[in-house]
Amino acid sequence: MQQLWAALFTIAVGIAGAALYFWGSNWLLDRLLPARAAERETASRNIARAGLIRPWLFLGPALLALGLYLVYPVFASIWLSFHDRNGQAFVGLANYRWLIGDAGFRESLFNNFLWLLVVPAASTFLGLLAATLTDRISWGNIAKSLIFMPMAISFVGAAVIWKFVYDYRGEGSEQIGILNAVIVALGGAPQAWIAVPFWNNFFLMVILIWIQTGFAMVILSAALRGIPEETIEAAVLDGASGIQIFFRIMVPQIWGTIAVVWTTITITVLKVFDIVLAMTNGQWNSNVLANLMFDWMFRGGGDFGRGATIALVIMALVVPIMVWNIRNARAEMRGR
Amino acid sequence: MLSGTRSPLAWAVHLSVAFFVLLWTLPTLGLLVSSFRDKDQIAVSGWWTALSASSQNLVFRAPAGDGEDLVAGRYVLTGTVLEDGAGRVSAFGFSSREPAAFAPGETAELKDGVTLSVAEDGAFTLSGPESFAGARGQRIFYTAEIPPRFTTENYANVLTAAGLGRSFLNSMTVAVPATVIPILIAAFAAYALAWMPFPGRSLLIAAVVGLLVVPLQMSLIPLLKIYNSVGQAFGFDPKSYIGIWLAHTGFGLPLAIYLLRNYMVGLPREVMESARVDGATDFQIFTRIVLPLSFPALASFAIFQFLWTWNDLLVALVVLGPQDDKLVLTGRLVNLLGSRGGDWEILAASAFVSIAVPLLVFFSMQKFLVRGLLAGSVKGG
Repeated sequence: MQQLWAALFTIAVGIAGAALYFWGSNWLLDRLLPARAAERETASRNIARAGLIRPWLFLGPALLALGLYLVYPVFASIWLSFHDRNGQAFVGLANYRWLIGDAGFRESLFNNFLWLLVVPAASTFLGLLAATLTDRISWGNIAKSLIFMPMAISFVGAAVIWKFVYDYRGEGSEQIGILNAVIVALGGAPQAWIAVPFWNNFFLMVILIWIQTGFAMVILSAALRGIPEETIEAAVLDGASGIQIFFRIMVPQIWGTIAVVWTTITITVLKVFDIVLAMTNGQWNSNVLANLMFDWMFRGGGDFGRGATIALVIMALVVPIMVWNIRNARAEMRGR
Repeated sequence: MLSGTRSPLAWAVHLSVAFFVLLWTLPTLGLLVSSFRDKDQIAVSGWWTALSASSQNLVFRAPAGDGEDLVAGRYVLTGTVLEDGAGRVSAFGFSSREPAAFAPGETAELKDGVTLSVAEDGAFTLSGPESFAGARGQRIFYTAEIPPRFTTENYANVLTAAGLGRSFLNSMTVAVPATVIPILIAAFAAYALAWMPFPGRSLLIAAVVGLLVVPLQMSLIPLLKIYNSVGQAFGFDPKSYIGIWLAHTGFGLPLAIYLLRNYMVGLPREVMESARVDGATDFQIFTRIVLPLSFPALASFAIFQFLWTWNDLLVALVVLGPQDDKLVLTGRLVNLLGSRGGDWEILAASAFVSIAVPLLVFFSMQKFLVRGLLAGSVKGG
């Protein structure tokens, strides 16, 4: 309990400090460059100068935090990737050469590509399906809410939930995992799903798809509602069938949104770590890059050089999406 | 557009949505039901049978002579194998090789003239020519139909014994400040990026958009190094709550700035211009006009950030460390998966303790969450 009070106290101090900074620095600026100066010329010059400085006062703390926590680490990681496990001795390309030859890395990279191939596609498709279906019924909002719910559950919580679904008991004894129970009821043999190499990847992916479908659904549903009615009415008058309307008229109009959903989920997939750690910890050939990186970060006291190199690979996979996002944002700003 | 079609198609839509919803809620429901079940029952039957009686193979050891009576030259020991009183015995036996050799009511002949019978209600009678005192109590194997039992014991257990109560406080300690701190910082920055003209503004906005997708993994090692050296230089523990609050602040800022700027840009220009004409400074415009008007966007971001920091495992493991007294709920769950992997009553109750708060936030503030998602993803919307 004491800890919570300490936390509340720190929040109060932190907010007071931040407020004091913003208020104080602005006050100081107004004091140093008063807008109501005796001479008109000084006054207008002061206003202009203050206008140059003030944005940076507003931006200051944010830039500091962004710089320290997101920009600096990119360069530090590049530097670390050329150094040994403690970041002391320069080792050239040794970490990269190790990476290429490492079986664990190749396995993780392969699995990551599987994840990238399946999860964004499946989530977007299921999300689109759920959005189209729920928009047509009276209790659609309740259905949406329930499909969206896994979004609030942590990856670890989801892992526990699904581990229970996949639970395996030896053949002959009663299955308490629902998947195996269904398989047995249908006359099949129970499987230890998450321990079957290669296929277990897909059982782990199901968890992320389960979480992300709601996200895709919410956004695509909004986009579908934004489609102008006239285009659909015109298609109906021309005698198009429901499926034709959907694929030829509606989907092309929301391509932009589909792309955004797809890329957002792709980013999530690249960072997925908790699910694999909690379900298999990379055993049975199910490792992914983020978990491999975490592993190297702490294995045997931690190998920062190799860890940073793996992080850079993840970063490199993100860069195309980053560039695409920035280009979109800039195009949109010019449009305003 | 398809309104008015009360056709089989409409039914198909209803049915498929129902199936969709079922598929999406079933896994969570399973764990929820299990968390309230008796731990012996979880281990032997699926949660979907929770409402029906479960059949269990159990062993009871008769007391070694306590309470035996001498009746007509034989020592007779009576009692019940069903200690909780509820249930129905469907078979019994006296050896582990044939635990269900006899039907209830039958009399089994053991060696040395000992006889055993178990009734359907669990009452047993053991009788023999010699006293049972001194020997080890006779084992009675039986199969019983145990009626469903629901209990909150699992929750009481995990909150005290498994250290979940402690972790709950830790998660609160991490998540609340990590949600509040970035809001103020981001709001000022977003205002500057939305309404203050200065050179390099569009470049900064582009940079924020770029930083949105920088993977966390990138920052962890450099961050760990900084924290360690700062801790060493000033002589304090580098694994501190302040460290994790600031880390979450840094990681949450791009989204916060992006969301808030997008919202603030959409505020009516006239309001701000008339305030400026009336002599208000930027600081006043921001605190008196923009901040109150931006409440929906602030709420959206706050929910995001709270869910994200509460559910985070990676940052907490790296920055706060894996020591027992600083484990957050997600970290505790991972530990339990390792150490108590088969104890579903512990895992289920623990998982629900950890997801209760986010679910509460989710269902009570879904409106803001959806609005935030749309603002964050559908550009130009």
